[in-house]
Amino acid sequence: MQKLYLLVPLAPLLGSLIAGLFGRLIGPAWSHRVTISLVFVSLLASIVIFLDVLEGNNYNGSVYTWLITGDTSFEIGFLIDQLSATMMVVVSLVSLMVHIYTIGYMHGDPGYQRFFSYISLFTFSMMMLVMSNNFLQLFFGWEAVGLVSYLLIGFWYTRPTAIYANLKAFLVNRVGDFGFLLGIGLVLMYFGTLDYASVFAQVPGVVEEKIEIIPGASWLVITLICVLLFIGAMGKSAQFPLHVWLPDSMEGPTPISALIHAATMVTAGIFMVARMSPLFEFSDTALSIILVIGGITTLFMALVAVVQNDIKRVVAYSTLSQLGYMTVALGASAYSAAIFHLMTHAFFKAVLFLGAGSVIIAMHHEQNMQKMGGLKQYMPITYWTMFIAALASAGVPGFSGFFSKDAIIEAVHLANIPGVGFAYFCVLVTVFVTALYTFRLIFMTFHGQTRMDKHTKEHLHESPWVVTLPLIILAIPTVAAGWFIGPIVFGDYFNSAIQVFPQHDAIEKLGAEFTGIGGMMVHALVTAPFWLSMAGIFTAWYLYCVRTDLPAKIKSSVTPLYNILDRKYYIDEIYSWLFAGGTRTLGTVLWKIGDVKIIDGFFVNGAARIVGLTASIVRRYQTGYIYHYAFTMIVGIFVILTLWLY
Amino acid sequence: MSFEFPLLSLIIWLPILFGIAVFATGNDHNAQLSRWIALIGSILGFLVAIPLYSGFDIATGTMQFVENHVWIERFNVNYHVGVDGISMPLILLNCFITPLVVIAGWEVIKERVSQYMGAFLVMSGIVNGVFASLDAILFYVFWEASLIPMFLIIGIWGGPNRVYAAIKFFLYTLLGSLLMLIALIYLYLASEGSFSIEDYHKLAIPMTPQILIFVAFLLAFAVKVPMWPVHTWLPDAHVEAPTGGSVVLAAILLKLGGYGFLRFSLPIAPDASQYLSTMMIVLSLIAVVYIGLIALMQTDMKKLIAYSSVAHMGFVTLGFFLFNAYGIEGAMVQMISHGFISGAMFLCVGVLYDRLHSRQIADYGGVVNKMPVFAAFFMLFAMANAGLPGTSGFVGEFMVIMSAVQVNFWYAFLAATTLIFGAAYTLWMYKRVIFGAVASSAVESLEDISKREFVLLSILAISVLWIGVHPFPVTEVMHTTVNQLLTHISSSKL
Repeated sequence: MQKLYLLVPLAPLLGSLIAGLFGRLIGPAWSHRVTISLVFVSLLASIVIFLDVLEGNNYNGSVYTWLITGDTSFEIGFLIDQLSATMMVVVSLVSLMVHIYTIGYMHGDPGYQRFFSYISLFTFSMMMLVMSNNFLQLFFGWEAVGLVSYLLIGFWYTRPTAIYANLKAFLVNRVGDFGFLLGIGLVLMYFGTLDYASVFAQVPGVVEEKIEIIPGASWLVITLICVLLFIGAMGKSAQFPLHVWLPDSMEGPTPISALIHAATMVTAGIFMVARMSPLFEFSDTALSIILVIGGITTLFMALVAVVQNDIKRVVAYSTLSQLGYMTVALGASAYSAAIFHLMTHAFFKAVLFLGAGSVIIAMHHEQNMQKMGGLKQYMPITYWTMFIAALASAGVPGFSGFFSKDAIIEAVHLANIPGVGFAYFCVLVTVFVTALYTFRLIFMTFHGQTRMDKHTKEHLHESPWVVTLPLIILAIPTVAAGWFIGPIVFGDYFNSAIQVFPQHDAIEKLGAEFTGIGGMMVHALVTAPFWLSMAGIFTAWYLYCVRTDLPAKIKSSVTPLYNILDRKYYIDEIYSWLFAGGTRTLGTVLWKIGDVKIIDGFFVNGAARIVGLTASIVRRYQTGYIYHYAFTMIVGIFVILTLWLY
Repeated sequence: MSFEFPLLSLIIWLPILFGIAVFATGNDHNAQLSRWIALIGSILGFLVAIPLYSGFDIATGTMQFVENHVWIERFNVNYHVGVDGISMPLILLNCFITPLVVIAGWEVIKERVSQYMGAFLVMSGIVNGVFASLDAILFYVFWEASLIPMFLIIGIWGGPNRVYAAIKFFLYTLLGSLLMLIALIYLYLASEGSFSIEDYHKLAIPMTPQILIFVAFLLAFAVKVPMWPVHTWLPDAHVEAPTGGSVVLAAILLKLGGYGFLRFSLPIAPDASQYLSTMMIVLSLIAVVYIGLIALMQTDMKKLIAYSSVAHMGFVTLGFFLFNAYGIEGAMVQMISHGFISGAMFLCVGVLYDRLHSRQIADYGGVVNKMPVFAAFFMLFAMANAGLPGTSGFVGEFMVIMSAVQVNFWYAFLAATTLIFGAAYTLWMYKRVIFGAVASSAVESLEDISKREFVLLSILAISVLWIGVHPFPVTEVMHTTVNQLLTHISSSKL
């Protein structure tokens, strides 16, 4: 079994190396054959491991010693339990689908082999992240997926927007990692190890410890650690205010938007917090912060999605909002619901993105929905799969998103830590907004009149099978994944992997009322989320299918509000002025004044000038006339004689 | 006592002898011969250094491979050399970098080839001498001697403003080391006639002289490292130096300063070191933050990398003065890793400079379109420079940050800003130089790296990744020495 564990990350790494180093030699076809086969191997191994874990065989062990310093040994190792096994299957499945899809989407691109190399490298990194049994390796995977994300957003490196977006993504993520690394530092300091199991075992002993990093303000160490770790999660999982990189990341090719910026990498933060539940449970303050941040992200990013016209950007903002849902779930200690939503979201969002990609291919790389419309008849497979995903996204009963989202909303409702009221309001309102923007996308793209130019319209056709097959395969869990809510969320599926305190356990209370998925669906009919969702779909239908003149009128009547949403609350502008501009100004001042004027100008060259100045005065005494020297000598003799005689 | 093979002497003198042999090949008619002798000499220099690693006993903290012969009997000066877990890795690093520098100058240097190649070989031997010396005078002679080849390399093969840079470099470092000589003479008198560095370690010294000694050494070493605010010679020197000169300067010569702290300042003046540690930490953190910000605004690639060197070396001095194993070992790893990464970064700039004769970021753009293989290498080294896990750049920074948290949260906080600044200045430069559409007809004319450059960058790439993925062997050799040093520092000498 342990060899199988190694196979899961190493197979895609091998694929990546082959495609990356020898891609030119073996050509495009062999590059995708090799990488796809190896990711498939990884998927098979993941499934075998998953089944093994279901039988109760967990594993926690080291692979090799990375470093020993002081008394601490840093290991590279695996922790295989329900949580990691679930993630492994989700990651490898979505990754495989995206690999296949890429054959169609990137066909003929000069960077074809490079692309396969990158996405396989990503799969490796993500696997190292989820399989890790310690904070160090977690950070390795964490940064490595960030690297691949950087490389892929900037994949089309000649586009100025793409290379701006990838730098921005990397730097914003680094801000999160900055907090994350400090959190890891504190863990090492207080626990003396970075191994999960040993850290979690020691938590009760550290709970009472306080730290005073600002004189006068004393904080619980656990709270500080949790908040710092969560800052890392905010970067990676794009939570407000570190969310700014994710919408811009859409500059990358669509397959990676699906794989990295929707289904897997951005959920790393959610996964991390769930993995750290034995830590976070001890800090109500940290949980409250998570709730509020998650709530803000959920609602305010969903609102932005409503006014976007770029099809990928709608889905991107939708991703932000859905990540907000997961974060709220974490804050409410509903870790299992968060992971469950992570899973269902991975499937339905992958379908939405890959479907959007399919539309973009058909539209000759036009992404503006205002130039689409009526595509339903040309692209039935894309349409129906995306429609299913939209139903799941909007939380219509029966589809996967409904179960996971409903569990979150109910859990938040039952939770009782500070901030929960605000979070509940946010997640509830967002149900309406989600349905609205999702179906706005569907209706603007697939229904109504065709608005594209004649040339594009003549060439409209369904995408090839390599594109539609992944859509169909992923559509299955988009519907069905939710049906497993009973065992996964309410059952003891995650038993030891996730720890929840009794006083936080909203899921437990919810589980007591759970009577199967049928009962859950019936019960939903009398609750607010269902009707809000229906209202959202209806509004979208009315505005974009019936009274298509209305949106423009609404827009002109609330122009200021529209502008705020359209400019994403001006956050990009503020950051660009404050941080990018501020840092550059500071850098220039330090350089031109600190280094050039003060250190070099005053001290270094000043010292040289003083030497020069002194020399220029002293040299006047070296006149070269014998009688000057003779005179000085005589004076000198007199002085010495006088002193001597006394 | 049985006869022991004088391995260290061989490591020191073999490159110097080869260097003299290269000088003897004379004018540029024999350029090819000079190159080959230099290459063979440098490779032999590395090969003879390998037994130093394989025969090294990691269980002991005492000096190994010791040779001790009388040199100047009257003043009790000895030819006394030996290595421990601190100097051995640095000698290996130096011997490893020298062949790379010879290869880097292979076709690029066309004038006075024998002198260029010879200077590097001689310097390599001298630097080995610095690391291996256990006698203060021997150390001082090697230390000062190491200035001369670099002075010539910058002054003869450098850029347009080379004379200013060479003199600035020379005076800065010379002034710094003069006070060190005075400190050494004081120690000679205080120890009643010994120049043995190991004797100084045991010498009890009152607080005031300790502080004076510390400050005297500090000036010498701080200039070399260089620490803020005596760093301003470095950007000038780098900008004017030829590529090989920059590589050796960044990869090797800066390490002399770091080594000095571990060999002299900390063990000889432990109480003063503790007393002044806050000052040292603050200076180091200024180097990380202030220099990081300055690096961001550079328009000249070499200057940018030079400033980035200062920021990275800030981690070295920071690690030293945190007084725990993570810190000192982290600083050591950072020195070695910086040797590879900064060397590689300067080589990358050299590759571009050789083609377009410009180091200005603004003159480039879209290089990846014409040089994809080069861009891949440069990406790897840029990421290593930004401290990405999996590269050697991460290991040292990680260890030092872990160490800093334990001392003071805010030290770690400021040090960790390198995650952001390091990525910002490196990747912003990378973006402007490498990414984008082809910016000019000059870039259009670029050709991808030659076989020679490929070999060079591959060797460094493998080293950077190897240390990043498996740093265990690097720190393994230091443990005993570092632990012994820590025990030594923690007991007062007053």
